[in-house]
Amino acid sequence: MALTLMKGSEAIAEAAIRAGCRYFFGYPITPQTEIPEYMSARMPEIGGCFLQAESEVSAINMVYGAAGTGERVLTSSSSPGVSLKQEGISYIACSRLPCVIINVMRGGPGLGSIQASQGDYLQATKGGGHGDYKLIVLAPASVQESVDMMKLAFELGEKYLNPVMIVADGMICQMMEPVVLPEMVDFKVDYKAKPWAANGKHPSADHKRAVINSLYITVEELDGINETLQKGYREIEKNETRYEAYNMEGAEIIVTAFGTVARICKSAIDDLKAKGINVGLLRPITLYPFPYEAVHNAAVAPGVKAVLDVELNAGQMLEDVKLAINGDQKVEFYGRYGSHMPTSEEIYEKLLSMREGF
Amino acid sequence: MAVVFEKTKMLTDAVFHYCPGCNHGIAHRLVAESIEGLGLTDNVIGVAPVGCAVFAYNYFNCDMYEAAHGRAPAVATGIKRVHPDTCVFTYQGDGDLASIGTAEIVHAAMRGEKITTIFINNAIYGMTGGQMAPTTLPGMKTTTSPYGRDTLQCGHPVRMCELLNTLVEPRFIARGSLSSPKEINRSKKLLRQAFELQHEGFTFVELLSTCPTGWGLTPEQSQQWLERNMVPFFPINVFREPNQMPEAAKKYTPDLKVSDDKPKEG
Ligand SMILES: Cc1ncc(C[n+]2csc(CCOP(=O)(O)OP(=O)(O)O)c2C)c(N)n1
Repeated sequence: MALTLMKGSEAIAEAAIRAGCRYFFGYPITPQTEIPEYMSARMPEIGGCFLQAESEVSAINMVYGAAGTGERVLTSSSSPGVSLKQEGISYIACSRLPCVIINVMRGGPGLGSIQASQGDYLQATKGGGHGDYKLIVLAPASVQESVDMMKLAFELGEKYLNPVMIVADGMICQMMEPVVLPEMVDFKVDYKAKPWAANGKHPSADHKRAVINSLYITVEELDGINETLQKGYREIEKNETRYEAYNMEGAEIIVTAFGTVARICKSAIDDLKAKGINVGLLRPITLYPFPYEAVHNAAVAPGVKAVLDVELNAGQMLEDVKLAINGDQKVEFYGRYGSHMPTSEEIYEKLLSMREGF
Repeated sequence: MAVVFEKTKMLTDAVFHYCPGCNHGIAHRLVAESIEGLGLTDNVIGVAPVGCAVFAYNYFNCDMYEAAHGRAPAVATGIKRVHPDTCVFTYQGDGDLASIGTAEIVHAAMRGEKITTIFINNAIYGMTGGQMAPTTLPGMKTTTSPYGRDTLQCGHPVRMCELLNTLVEPRFIARGSLSSPKEINRSKKLLRQAFELQHEGFTFVELLSTCPTGWGLTPEQSQQWLERNMVPFFPINVFREPNQMPEAAKKYTPDLKVSDDKPKEG
């Protein structure tokens, strides 16, 4: 397997193309601009479409248009731009269209900073836009994992007819790592298998016209679509919860963390292990569906005395961690506001100091 | 028995929900007949707006999208990029197109998206109950301009055909009216031309339309009011014909050098 040294953003873009994505609509914003830049050069080479929209609002609506044809469609942005996309995301979710949205999170609120952040956890997992909907939210912790996630993201979207969001941070997109790129997928829309997709054909006895819509004006109709959506979310929760459990055996403390921060926590955990202290890491890979059961089980495992949730925000996933544990274990939080990445030494010290209270 | 008239198969059998005297129904029929007349029935996708025509997806008998308020040109862009050989149209009101969706329509036109936009200008927000639109006439009373549109506060109405006509890419920009059978026939020709030219670039037809409910007039009074008050400010005209490109449509191809290669003599 050939390893290529690649910048995260470019590896992610190439992985999307290899997953069969031929339509990208975006708008420049740091720290994800390399994704549209890469796409603008690469898409014409393979007969795909790159379009720089006039805004993120427009870009996500172009995604809506293209996704309704059954093609694999991608947009990427960073926090302020993702806020602008929320209207369109809500429409896409209600219209039950698959697509992939990348949020390379940066420090906020407001214009914030351009450094890495995890400040959009709640926006990504709890709705973000209006109405009762959910995105499938994937959180990679390395360039390789981001690359591997692209195909999965498109497939999950198509399986559940639901938009998928990949939340990364500036760290993953800006750093270079050796990666194995996947094979090119030969993706073709099968209109028979996707009767909901628009292709312009006139309706006939064996072909209904596509109506891509999120308006359900009567109580019964809206109830109907909401039932369908909620049923889908229960299926997603049942089948698609993903997490990584690291060094759980004999752990005194369980760390919960996602994305780049989890990786930093791993270094601290390795350093402690070298000193004979066992700390486990439970890293949610799907932020929605959240691994409630796994977090709970880890937190109450014999020998575990506390949980430490570490995030690059003021404590957003913390809410889900606490929900998971439901008071059955002590939960502490170590956080840094967006753009202020904690070091592994700081986390190491924090874990050591927690042990003093045991 | 000879068939002398047949309903276009580009309209479904759903009953229009429009108010008596509203022009949306006429506009729908003209659009549908134009598409069928050009033989595009088996290769067309439409995008409905948010506004009174929000249910247009129930009426046009083809693949349809319902876009968010103002975003139809962006949605149409996404569709057209996937299906470049399919006729794609948007159907939008003045709040949708000239207020919340101004960026989307201007940029779709700027890019020269090969789509056709039908713009229903009734000088008011019909669906939400008659609020001021960007096309509301000076002094005109609406539920959010109860003393009449104050141009000192809100400026003069926007003329979208004229605005879009400053761009290079559009192939066809025209304004018609639905105020009389004569105007309706004229508008139908404009629509036909717009759909016919779509494969060349962006085409746009504005249709001056009535909103008797929003205006507080009878359907007949509304037709007269439109002709008397709207037409002078929104002139009926073909602004851009493909073989008559105005000065504004001249393409510019700079050489992108800093200066001439050859050093200046002397
Ligand atoms: C984002 C958003 N803002 C506001 C509305 C409410 N709204 C629905 S229709 C409409 C105005 C439509 O007016 P126009 O486009 O002129 O069409 P008409 O109803 O007159 O045909 C508004 C403001 C909405 N649906 N979405």
